[in-house]
Order: sequence, then C-alpha cells, then structure tokens
Amino acid sequence: MEFIDYYKVLEIEKNASIDDIKKAYRKLARKYHPDLNPNDESAKRKFQQINEANEVLSDPEKRKKYDQYGKDWQHAEEFEKARQQRGQQTYQESTGQTNYGFEQDDDFSEYFASMFGGKSGSGSRGQVKFRGQDFNAELKLNLLDVYKTHQQTLTVNGKNIRLTIPAGVEHGQTIKIAGYGGPGANGGPNGDLYITFSISNNTKFKREGNNLYTSVDVDLYTAVLGGELTVETIDGKVKLTVAPETQNGTKIKLKNKGFPIYKQEGQFGDLYITYNVKIPTNLSEKQKELFKELSKTN
Amino acid sequence: MKTTDLIPVQQFCEHYNVEISFIDTLNEFGLIEIIHVETKPFIQPEQLKDIEKMIRLHYDLQINIEGIEAISHLLHRVNQLQEEIATLKNKTQFFDQDDDL
Repeated sequence: MEFIDYYKVLEIEKNASIDDIKKAYRKLARKYHPDLNPNDESAKRKFQQINEANEVLSDPEKRKKYDQYGKDWQHAEEFEKARQQRGQQTYQESTGQTNYGFEQDDDFSEYFASMFGGKSGSGSRGQVKFRGQDFNAELKLNLLDVYKTHQQTLTVNGKNIRLTIPAGVEHGQTIKIAGYGGPGANGGPNGDLYITFSISNNTKFKREGNNLYTSVDVDLYTAVLGGELTVETIDGKVKLTVAPETQNGTKIKLKNKGFPIYKQEGQFGDLYITYNVKIPTNLSEKQKELFKELSKTN
Repeated sequence: MKTTDLIPVQQFCEHYNVEISFIDTLNEFGLIEIIHVETKPFIQPEQLKDIEKMIRLHYDLQINIEGIEAISHLLHRVNQLQEEIATLKNKTQFFDQDDDL
C-alpha cells in the first residue's frame, strides 16, 4: 500500500484553506474528468486520485485524521485495529455520494480504504442514479474467423460473455453490448461493453470493405489463345474461362464471391481478380524458333 | 408516436435532481431535442447518456452551457477523428498486404 500525498495530488500547500482545496479540485477535475478525456485510462486514474484527495481534504474531520497519521499511516491502521478490538465504532461514512457513472469501490486506493473504510463522498445533488462505467475491449480475430457468423465466449472483468460475432465485421469496427459494462451507481443501469475488432489477414485476399482482391498467374498460351483456369476464392475453387488475347493486368469481377456484408444475411461483396500473365522461361530451341517465326508474321 | 418510448422531462428531472430549466436550456442550445406530445415535453432514451454527461459537466465541474456546447462540439470532433484514424489504419493495412501478394 503506497502512501498518497493528497496535498501533492491537489497541488496545494499543507495549510491550504477549504476554498483553496475547492479551487484546486475544480481546476484539476476539469482537466482530468473522464467525460473530457474519453478512453484515456491515465486521466481516469488521475481523476480518481483527485476525487479521493478532495474527499479527504475537504472534510475537516477526515483531513484532521489524515494530517495526524498521513505520513505514518501504518500506525493509523494499527490504531484502527486496536480500536476495533476494543469494540469501538470504526469510521464508516454514510454521507451522500458524488458519482460519475464509472466509479467502483476498487477504484479507490487501498490507502484510502485503510484510512477511511471505503468509498464515501459529498455531493450537491444527493443520491443520484447513474449508469455504470462503459468498458472497452479489443478482440483479435483472423479474416477467416469473420467470414461466417460464429459464437465466441469472452471473459471481460471476470464475467463470461457469449458473443455472436456477425459475419462481415471489419477491422477497427466497434460493437456495443448493452449492460455488460460496470455496475450502475445507486441503482442506476449498468454501463455498456464496447468491443473493437482487430482483424488480421493471413489469406492471399486483400479486403476493402466487402470486396476482396487477389491476382492469379495465367500462362502465356492460355492468355493468347484463351482457355480455362481454376482459381481459389475465399470459399472454394471456381472454374473461369479466359478469353483469347487476354492482356496482362486484366481485371475481372466475380459477383458475390467477396466478403459477407455485415448484418445482411446472404449478401456478399465481389471478388476482383487481376490476371498476371507469365512469360515462359527456359524455352527450348524449337520453342525459340517458333516464337521467331511468329514474330516475323507481325 | 408511442409515448411509452419517451421519458417525461418532469420525471427525468426529479430522478436526476436537476432543474427543468437546465433541460430547457440544453434544448435551446440545440444540445438535446425535446419532443412535445400533447404539449408535454419528453426526451428520447438514446439521449440519456449525453444528458447525464452534460449534467456531470454542469453540476460537478461547474461548466456553463456555453462551455458544454463547446466541449460537445470538440468531443464530436475527437470521435470523428478517432473514426478517421481507424479507417486510415484499415487502408494502411490494405496496402501493407500488397507486398505479400
């Protein structure tokens, strides 16, 4: 348990007046309030410390105790234990609470709990119901994982959540699972869980939105004379007819052979295939002669 | 429109212990939308999260309505930029894969 200098947290002197404390708290709270620093964990932690410091220092009784035992808080704990053994009343706070919709008991430092027996606070609006904290999580998947709708069990803050991941989810996309965030304060509803998908692609297909892109090699003879070609799509092989005199870099579109469209069952993007015409190598003498003859016909 | 889908402003204010004038002012500044059904004012449940945030900014941080308006605008911009970053990251990933083909 680390000693926390509440005066340092609020950037004030030891002899600061109640007014100074209030001003310092307001200034820092405006700087670090989670509503003003979305998704910033360090700001959230700092804000919790500021709150904690304000709660102690703005209450003359708590401040007195903190000033008395602050630096030697271990003795304060021993003192508290001795008091408890004697059956005396411990410090249990029952004042109104200031809630920010994200606080949990364990957000307060152990130090605070050891000194004052848990969370407490002072609020100008009394007991107000607030939503719980929203949680953010990242789920790493492969591209093939999101080709089909599937179910996955996640553990978020010790809770198992069975999640249906719809086909077609995109990299960086965030989905909201209502009510799976932190518990609400004073009977308020739970926060929401936001899951951001991080999708890695180790296939030979490039994905852009719902469309897939790939390239296939076509031998020179098939490109010149035309023929059939078997190519792999993301869900199996298909046979293509290559038109005679196909140029290198020719692009063809296979309709509905792309990626599933998010939350539109049975709908797919397209697959774009670029032909990469391969010039033959290691030609035999006869082949070279035939090519020479062919070149003369031009 | 079904009134059961809406939250009466009066009930909201009693629950959150805030003045009705505060909600009216948010509405005047265009920060929220109040819907009137048979002259009674209501708010939409989707706005709850934003209104709660504005209550915290106003009552806990003593930020006036003009400040809340500016903050809302900036937070909206932050969200837009974060989404843009995610889209650009996706595109970068797309071009990074180019070498593998």
